[in-house]
Amino acid sequence: MNIIKNRYWYFAISLLIIIPGLVFMGLQWGKSGSPLLLGVDFTGGSLLEVQFAGTRPAAAEITALFAKFSTAGNPLTDPVVQPLGEDAYSIRSKQMDDATKGKMITEMETLSGGAVTVLNFTSVSAAIGSEVTRAAGFAILLAALAILAYIWYAFRGVEHAFRFGTAAIIAMLHDILVVVGVEAILGYFLHWEADALFLTALLTVIGFSVHDTIVVFDRVRENSVVFRRVEFEKMVNHSIVQTLDRSINTQLTVMFTLTALVLFGGDSIRHFVIILLVGIFSGTYSSIFNASPILVVWQNKEWRNWFRPKAIA
Amino acid sequence: MNRNNTKWLILIVVLIGLALWVDLSSNISISNPSTGEPFFSRNVSIRLGLDLRGGQQSLLEADVPADVAVSSDDMKVTVQTLESRVNALGVSEVVMQIAGDRRIVAEFPGISNPEEVQAALQQTAFLEFVDMGDTPAAVGTTVQTDYVPGGVQPTVPPTLTPTLPPTITPTDTPATTPTDTPPTDGTTPPTDIIYHTVMTGAELDTVGVVNDPTQGYQISFTLKSIGTQAFSDYTSANVGKYLAIVLDKRVISTPVINSAITDGQGVIQGNFTYDSANALAIQLRYGSLPIPVKVVESRTVGPTLGEESVRKSVLAGTIGLSVVILFMLLYYRVPGLLAALALITYALFTLALFKIIPVVLTLPGIAGFILSIGMAVDANILIFERMKEELRSGRNLRQAIELGWSRAWPSIRDSNISTLITSFILFLFGNTFGASMVKGFSITLALGVIVSLFTAINVTRTYLHVVLDNTKLEEHPGWFGL
Repeated sequence: MNIIKNRYWYFAISLLIIIPGLVFMGLQWGKSGSPLLLGVDFTGGSLLEVQFAGTRPAAAEITALFAKFSTAGNPLTDPVVQPLGEDAYSIRSKQMDDATKGKMITEMETLSGGAVTVLNFTSVSAAIGSEVTRAAGFAILLAALAILAYIWYAFRGVEHAFRFGTAAIIAMLHDILVVVGVEAILGYFLHWEADALFLTALLTVIGFSVHDTIVVFDRVRENSVVFRRVEFEKMVNHSIVQTLDRSINTQLTVMFTLTALVLFGGDSIRHFVIILLVGIFSGTYSSIFNASPILVVWQNKEWRNWFRPKAIA
Repeated sequence: MNRNNTKWLILIVVLIGLALWVDLSSNISISNPSTGEPFFSRNVSIRLGLDLRGGQQSLLEADVPADVAVSSDDMKVTVQTLESRVNALGVSEVVMQIAGDRRIVAEFPGISNPEEVQAALQQTAFLEFVDMGDTPAAVGTTVQTDYVPGGVQPTVPPTLTPTLPPTITPTDTPATTPTDTPPTDGTTPPTDIIYHTVMTGAELDTVGVVNDPTQGYQISFTLKSIGTQAFSDYTSANVGKYLAIVLDKRVISTPVINSAITDGQGVIQGNFTYDSANALAIQLRYGSLPIPVKVVESRTVGPTLGEESVRKSVLAGTIGLSVVILFMLLYYRVPGLLAALALITYALFTLALFKIIPVVLTLPGIAGFILSIGMAVDANILIFERMKEELRSGRNLRQAIELGWSRAWPSIRDSNISTLITSFILFLFGNTFGASMVKGFSITLALGVIVSLFTAINVTRTYLHVVLDNTKLEEHPGWFGL
């Protein structure tokens, strides 16, 4: 099996996912001013999920109710009301306090003629939201730097240790772009919001991405000592093939557990688990088809030929 | 079997026994067999997070300008005050923690009155000195007073004070040592009486604890100039009567007035220890919160959603674990069976750790645990693949096993460290914002990784050696999936 030979094809497959993701991030930016449809954790505001034992009022009635409680200091007009199953609504608005919510529930009970249960209520101030957003960016950056430093340290005995670190980071960026891109597409079409759990999934994927890459790189490290005479390309390819069974089997076991969570784990974490699944798949893909081939590209300094006619092998 | 493996096997069996004990009980204790007295007792029931049992979580922030520093002592006192306030509302199992420099995370499991609790958190606590007349009140009694918040001075509407219309008359009598002595026994006054507020905590200037050689610990206080006159007038007219110290309408102490206090300085005497005197002094000093707080984030989860989530995650976990075990059995045969046993061992250990530490389980936390099941087998897969390679290259079984372990180790170590690094960063992030979901996930994932390193490396190897020593495994390469 020659994976290295077809490396540019594999890079192209990655771009096939990443580019549409970037396009939808751009479209989302045009709609809401951020590359993802952000949840209240990041933007601030309130998310109220209510279940009606009586008849579910029309969405317009809910909107009117919010308008009624709206004040100049705390505008609640134009909430986003979305049906949740048969008998519940998910209502997103500007930040509302618990007292207002309490009054609102009483009015909803009158409207529907039955008990109204609060399934979930989240209320985040705008200041906290923007602070969380900044901290999230910082957390991702910190994770990337810590891992780069660690790989550099772990591979310190190997020639070009920095290349290993950089290649692992590029593979990681690939996984970040895939995850964020898929979230952007799902947000655009299915209205999925990126919340604190999305960030958790993203950071986990970062950890996993590197986990997988290290296993392959570790074999390259080992083989680079054993096969000193063998051409770099062949040695890297051999390392990938040797670790392929492991990569696929580990991928399978993680996919089994995550798929069980998607199917049986309930609604509240389904988005989270699906994003994890996408990210972990991407992590395995990038460790096999991107990270190690990048080492070869770097070794051959292939970028010198990229813009010359009929250059790439 | 060599001695090393025997030692490991004994250790593992003992650990499994301990883990099973913790997993299957809700309370563990060891008693002295002769006296029956417990040496050690600990509640190890599973702690469920708010998202699984329902309840409310609030993030409170010091309501002061961003450039004003908030001292950590003030934050601690604020937490104490808030705790006693919500306890007064009858909310149980409240957890309050300081997060960062100026935030407090407050969790209220299973509450039915979130609006009321929120209001209680945000109000500035209120300290009053209340005229009780001849009846002392028990500590903890709720009393009604005539004080109207909002800067209005306390007045004495005659109709509202049926038992004791206090006649406030100025006096020129110089004070002897003004002392207040708490009553020995408190009787509960009727609750429908509205008492007169002599002055509020705002009039207190300084409060301290002093150690008097003859009287023991006392609380000394001085009043601001506005309060001095009113207090002087009141105490002069009411020597021998009771003056209750009331925090948020709840009596915290009822001293009797021994003599008039005219110079704005007095002491409260009682059978105080240093701690109890200090506690009262803190309440006097900080009757109003040292730092006003506002709710910046609030999350409520209904109890029904929580129950459903627990049931679903348990189902998902069981199915996930079964599929992984089945896969390992089919693909790796005998070592797969042993890895599956090691995986069950892993699940027992991790659950026991969750219960002992204790880790508060949230929905993402359970997801982290289930995810770590998938990862726990990764180390075994790495080792077994390596073993197969070594077998194919012509080594005998024992060599292959040893090499499989030693050669797979660096990649297992390095890859797991990277997961631990991200778990740690997630934990920091979750901790700063009181995002207990993120925090829960990072803790269970990190614990899972650490435990899985032990089970995948040592437990599986020990099991494999036990089987190797007692069967003719070498004669059946097919058992290794070759």
